[in-house]
Amino acid sequence: MVEAIDLGMVNWARALFALTAMYHWIFVPLTLGLSWIIAFYETIYYRTGDESWSRLTKFWMKLFGINFAIGVATGIILEFEFGTNWSNYSWMVGDIFGAPLAIEGIAAFFLESTFFAVMFFGWDRVSKKFHLVSTYMVAIGSNLSALWILVANAWMQHPVGMEFNPDTARFEMVDIMEVILSPIAVSKFTHTTSSSFVMASLFVISVSAWYLLKQRHQLLAKRSIVVAATFGIIASLFVGVSGDEAAYEDAQHQPMKLAAFEGHFVGADPSGLVAMGIVNTSKKPGDDQQSFHLELKIPGMLSLLAQRTTIGFVPGINDLVYGNEVEGIMGAQQKIPLGKIAVKSLADYKAAKKVGDQVKADRALKTFREHEPYFGYGFLEKPEDAVPPVGVMFYSFHIMVLLAGLFVTIFAAFLFFVYKGNIEKMKWLLLIGVPMFFLGIAAQEAGWVVAEVGRQPWAIQDMLPVSIARTNLDTGTVAATFFMFVALFTVLLIAEVKIMLTQIKKGPEEEK
Amino acid sequence: MIGALDLTTLQEIWWVIIAALGAVFLFLNFVQGGQTLLFDVAKTEDEKTLIVNSLGRKWELSFTTLVVFGGSIFAAFPKLYSTSFGGAYWVWTAILFTFIIQAVSYEYRKKANNFIGQKGYEIFLLINGTVGVLLIGAAVGTFFTGSNFELNDYNFVTWTHPLRGLEAAFNYFNVSLGLFLIFNARVLGALYLLNNLDFNSAPLLEGRLRKSVLINFVIELVFLLIILVSLLLMSGYGVTENGQVELMSYKFAANLWANPLDIILLLMGLGFVIWGVYITKYKAANNGIWYGGTGTFLIGLVVFFLVGYNGSCIYPSLTHPQSSLTIYNASSTHYTLTVMTYVALLMPFVLAYIVYVWRAMDLKKLSLSDLKEKAY
Repeated sequence: MVEAIDLGMVNWARALFALTAMYHWIFVPLTLGLSWIIAFYETIYYRTGDESWSRLTKFWMKLFGINFAIGVATGIILEFEFGTNWSNYSWMVGDIFGAPLAIEGIAAFFLESTFFAVMFFGWDRVSKKFHLVSTYMVAIGSNLSALWILVANAWMQHPVGMEFNPDTARFEMVDIMEVILSPIAVSKFTHTTSSSFVMASLFVISVSAWYLLKQRHQLLAKRSIVVAATFGIIASLFVGVSGDEAAYEDAQHQPMKLAAFEGHFVGADPSGLVAMGIVNTSKKPGDDQQSFHLELKIPGMLSLLAQRTTIGFVPGINDLVYGNEVEGIMGAQQKIPLGKIAVKSLADYKAAKKVGDQVKADRALKTFREHEPYFGYGFLEKPEDAVPPVGVMFYSFHIMVLLAGLFVTIFAAFLFFVYKGNIEKMKWLLLIGVPMFFLGIAAQEAGWVVAEVGRQPWAIQDMLPVSIARTNLDTGTVAATFFMFVALFTVLLIAEVKIMLTQIKKGPEEEK
Repeated sequence: MIGALDLTTLQEIWWVIIAALGAVFLFLNFVQGGQTLLFDVAKTEDEKTLIVNSLGRKWELSFTTLVVFGGSIFAAFPKLYSTSFGGAYWVWTAILFTFIIQAVSYEYRKKANNFIGQKGYEIFLLINGTVGVLLIGAAVGTFFTGSNFELNDYNFVTWTHPLRGLEAAFNYFNVSLGLFLIFNARVLGALYLLNNLDFNSAPLLEGRLRKSVLINFVIELVFLLIILVSLLLMSGYGVTENGQVELMSYKFAANLWANPLDIILLLMGLGFVIWGVYITKYKAANNGIWYGGTGTFLIGLVVFFLVGYNGSCIYPSLTHPQSSLTIYNASSTHYTLTVMTYVALLMPFVLAYIVYVWRAMDLKKLSLSDLKEKAY
């Protein structure tokens, strides 16, 4: 199917996509969450007519605009990169994956971009009501955009509603509702958007805490904190529930991902959850080494997370790589030869069709269909290739969870003291609050590492490995592009940070 | 209802939708054209501020249209998406860069402490309005002149030219198309600004913009003439009755002849643009953008129709003609096209709210006094 796979090139392409996606994701959560927070502020202004709420709204809107521009700029890169660096993928799944992307553009981007102009420049040109509606439209548009791209992403994690067409050599959609309503899509959307609301709330808390420390704009800061901390706490509840659901869905559809982020090598009934630990990075599947140098395990918790019961069997990496007959688990080791038969029978089918040998084609197609569920495994060289990097996964997952717990505490503390009326005196809390936004970014990025590194080596789970999904490019070309983007992103990030800090220092317009 | 349509009809409908999105993008290129006017038409800082802020209220629409255009090709014609983007790698990467730098420039240009300075962001806007548009023209030109690629049995692309798409910029037809788009965008940019600005605070700018409309139109005409003559005389790849792709003499002239609607749209488009320019320069009208824009839209439609129908190839392969793409072999399945057609029914609603917002925001022309507090 693909004559010579240059893994160097594939890894550069992965690095380029990871760079772009992670860079993009510094800005997007802020857009998703801040758009709602601004809409809430403006709603209060609309209902009370209090000009200080208008100034507060306009201040956060200014920061939103600076962030929004770079989010837009980096978003288009991802769409292009699917084609430029993952063209085989684009062909093989374009029939399914392209649809949510196009719907995102038609149903969400236009809404966002059209009303963005009103939100920013329409204060004196349209009525107050129309302006408020426009602000909500921007929030709805940006979150709708998240919905569609996450539907597309969820399909990569759990491909449903499709079948493989051997004539065109691609996956084709047969049920759009199955794609949209996939349980992974639902949990991914709720988890991603609610965690974005948390991050935006942290941004408001960070900036407001800094103002209180500097004894500037204290009324604005306190009012901002009330709305942001309340929003943050509510969003955190959704983060917890949807996160639990996401882990459960992983256990059902991507058990290797769950096993990797838990450093769970040997399946057990019941299985404990490692709350904290130091991963033994030299540990390989199937060897006798310990998985952790140090671990704090909660008995039965992993079974509860994965099976909703404290006594269920949770397969470990070894079970998923080498199989476990007792538990009826087929491992990558057993799937690879079956996958190779699928790959070969597809090639036989195409060769027979080319020379018009229908009998041979039918026979090859029958064989292919029998082995189709293992098709993707036919491209793996060895069973261990099916394992994502355990250390990266474990630490990313645990950092994300720990930070999520910290954020709820921070929101609650800020809310408590602001209601008590002495938040400005709580210097220790304000000092903790200032860097919270950066921890929010860390948690977001860690979450995406878990989601995407955990999918490796697959572009489409179990169906299409990244080594086949890539464009036929040489390593130097992709490496050069990578460094071009590093340079561009660095310049843009410096510009964004400098502008943002300057605007924060400047603060909102003063009362006239 | 839509599901009852046959695959061929859906493929043809979707090429019309792609053509319409592409043509709307060409109209919205007034943003790109306007960006280049910053460097010759605007003479004072106030004039620059007016131009940037006027365009700054519309750049997102043009950007979004480009994204939707790409996304729609991905969904409806994935083989075109994978072959062109994956094959002509450098040309698309270069186009991408010019749009990334555009997206931040409006917001960051005037902000304090913006790292590369106001001039830097204005140069970004110039690059987007010139290099970006030129390369888009060259990329679209390859729909006519062909590209260097092969597809294997699994439809995976192998590009056979070391420049990976940049070679398109060395073909006179592709370059002419790119230059035509640049100067057409400049005409549209000037027409839009004449419609959108209140010149009381910048009285000299109006005269310069009207002059610019005529000058750029004359230059545009030269490239348009090259394109039209070439189109009538050049050979093009088409599908024969036995399904083979061959180079056919006078292919695009034959396409025009076979589809009189294309000729009508082309003539109407040219007429609209000429009328828009004429009333702007000689009747002191400020609504030329609507004629120029409509004309550009119609010409854009014809460009896409010429390669999409009458047995033509939308993406011909020079090195292996049988790998060439048509709207029939590059599309998604009947099911996906049906779903996407239902989604496309949203388009009129989208258009309606865009028109509503555009009118609401532009009822009062933009003047310097509007820009005191909330300017780019």
